This record gives sequence, C-alpha cells and structure tokens, in this order.
Amino acid sequence: MTPLGGYLLVAALMFAIGLAGALVRRNAIMVLIGIELMLNSANLNFIAFWRYGPHPEALTGMMFAIFSIAVAAAEAAVGLGLVIAIYRHTHTTELDKINRMKG
Amino acid sequence: MTVIFYLIAAITVAGGLAAVLLKNLVHCALAVTIAFGGIALLFLSLDAQFAGFVQILVYIGAVAILIVFAILLTRGSDVPKDGVFSPTWLTGVAIASAVFAVMGWAVINSVNAIPQLAAVPHVTVHDIGVALVGSYVLPLEILALLLTAATVGAVIVAMHEKGGSE
Repeated sequence: MTPLGGYLLVAALMFAIGLAGALVRRNAIMVLIGIELMLNSANLNFIAFWRYGPHPEALTGMMFAIFSIAVAAAEAAVGLGLVIAIYRHTHTTELDKINRMKG
Repeated sequence: MTVIFYLIAAITVAGGLAAVLLKNLVHCALAVTIAFGGIALLFLSLDAQFAGFVQILVYIGAVAILIVFAILLTRGSDVPKDGVFSPTWLTGVAIASAVFAVMGWAVINSVNAIPQLAAVPHVTVHDIGVALVGSYVLPLEILALLLTAATVGAVIVAMHEKGGSE
C-alpha cells in the first residue's frame, strides 16, 4: 500500500468510528464528540492529499484544513452552549428523553 | 509505511474507539483528547508542522477543555443506569461499518493517479502567513466574522435567564 493509501484508510476508520459514536450514543455531548472525530478525519484527508499531491507549494489543502479547524472550533463552542441551554430546560442530556420542542 | 506511522495510527484509532465505547463521559473526553493528539502527530508525520501545532492548540487546548466543561456543567459524569447506547445501536453500527467498507474498498482499489512525490514540500510558516493575508484574505476575514458571531452566540445561548426577559 502506498503511504497516501495508509493515511486515507486511517482517516476512513476514524470517520466510521466518529459516525458510530454520533449514531449509537444517547448523550448529546457524545454525539458532538463523534462529529468532532469525523471533522478531524476529513482534515487528515486534506493534509494527506496536500502532502502527496502534485502541487504542495500551492498550500490549498493546508489552508482548507486550517480553515476547517477554525470552523470546527466555532461549531464546538455553539454546540456545547446549546447542550448546556437544553440541559437547563430539561435537566437531561439524553437525546431519547428530549422529545418535545416546547421549552 | 514506517513503524512510526503504524504506531501513531494505532494510538489514534484506539483513542477514538475508547471515546465511543467507554461508559463514563469524563473517560470519553480523555480518550478523545488522545485521538486528537494522534491526529496532530499524523499531521506532523505528513510534514504539516503548522497544521499539527494548530491542531494541538485548538483541539487539545480548547475543544477538549470545552467538552470537559460541558460534561461537568451537565452532570454528565454520572453513568446512567439504563446504558449509554441508544436502543437502535445495531443500526448505527451497521451504517458506520457500511460507510467504512465503502471508503476502505474505494481507497484500496483506487488506481493511484496522484504521483507519489518523495520530496518533502518545503513550506514555512512565513509562506502560510503570506498566503493567509494574500490570496486567502477574504476567507480569513469571513472566518474572523464567523468566530466573533459564534463566540457571541454561544455566550447568549448558554447565558442564564433571569426572570424571563433577557
């Protein structure tokens, strides 16, 4: 296997783990952690393609990964703020028990 | 495909698996921090020093702390009695396995169209800075606006409501 293939396989495995975490856990914070893992594996793909691509000096993949990290940080802040706000209303973070939209 | 790569990949995958499988949420936060660190090491092994250090600063330094704060503020460290997995966990695992099977099959069977360059790309932080304020200056400004809006929004969403009119 080529080095690029190895990195892509690791990224695919991390994406699958993050997807499983977002799908099977009941806690809202764990769903956010799963989403973070998926975003990280996408960044790994960007960096791997940047490193083994034909034009690494163009910095395209690197820039995309850096911007993606920044957007993911903003998403994590807003998501965890939402979880705390929902917890204040319903006193639970279990997604099965949050089953009404009325506050 | 060196030993170092396999070692880092094993640490990363083990951290991710532990984060998904462990019952106590604080342990999950610790495991996901290990996974973030493993990804940062993978970035460093790909000669992307800047991205690796940004990953360490942002994810291990900020996002992991944020997750721990959220867990402690929502009393999530208590292990629930009726299990941590949803009743439809089998479907979730099946979907995730199918996604991994498709992506792994595509990676393994793909014809390697990209030339495998042995040369290490020579990119310094200076180059990245010039690119950020040069051709990528508009995305940078939009990102600054997004980060400001997200910070203000997160504070407003999580703010205590006093009385009812805030």
